[in-house]
Amino acid sequence: MVTLHTVNKTPFERGSLASCLKYAACGAVVLLIEDGVYAAVTGSEGAKLLATRAHEIRICVLGPDLEARGIGAARLMAGLEIVDYEQFVVLATQCERVQSWL
Amino acid sequence: MVSGYRKGREVVVKRLLYVNRRPPHGTIYGHEGLEVLFTGAVFDQLVTVLFLDDGVYQLVRDQDPSALGLKNYAKGFRALEELGVEAICVAKDDLATRGLVPEDLALPAALVSREEITALMESHDVILSF
Repeated sequence: MVTLHTVNKTPFERGSLASCLKYAACGAVVLLIEDGVYAAVTGSEGAKLLATRAHEIRICVLGPDLEARGIGAARLMAGLEIVDYEQFVVLATQCERVQSWL
Repeated sequence: MVSGYRKGREVVVKRLLYVNRRPPHGTIYGHEGLEVLFTGAVFDQLVTVLFLDDGVYQLVRDQDPSALGLKNYAKGFRALEELGVEAICVAKDDLATRGLVPEDLALPAALVSREEITALMESHDVILSF
């Protein structure tokens, strides 16, 4: 069943996003939170990594963490879902397990 | 998700996967991960341990952090087999990337591929990350 993967570091600080994308199963949900949201900026190294699996995994970004960092919707790569805290909770309960890529 | 109960003890048994991704002595993550691991094993849970990324450094033999004023907690991993841990797994690629071979490790571990790691994550009830 579906696993929710959370990533909370920038792709420059740690290899967490790369590891997450390496091991996430097809159909998995990847949710970028905290400093992890920088990966969603179009044209960035993180966005390039995300693009390699975007066709087979669901990629979500936590909206409040985007706003906090001044990242507007116009700067996000295509195909992402922006979620709020309530939707984060729903994702965590709907998915069978959560893997935190710290 | 409940996998079963131990008779007369009301213990819920879950399949727990411990994922260790940090090197051993620079942070407290590795040490605390082992402590939590013991808790799971002692309470009769079905425990699998996976060492990934820099986490593979935790299993290297002959570590001696005494000059740093630190306890060599990594020795504790050797007790895992006696505690009935299901499997101790190490990412094959991450070992090779770091110039390590299985003989460099302090205990016998199963070398697992990328596909096997994905399957491990999908087959456990709970994943605990350190």
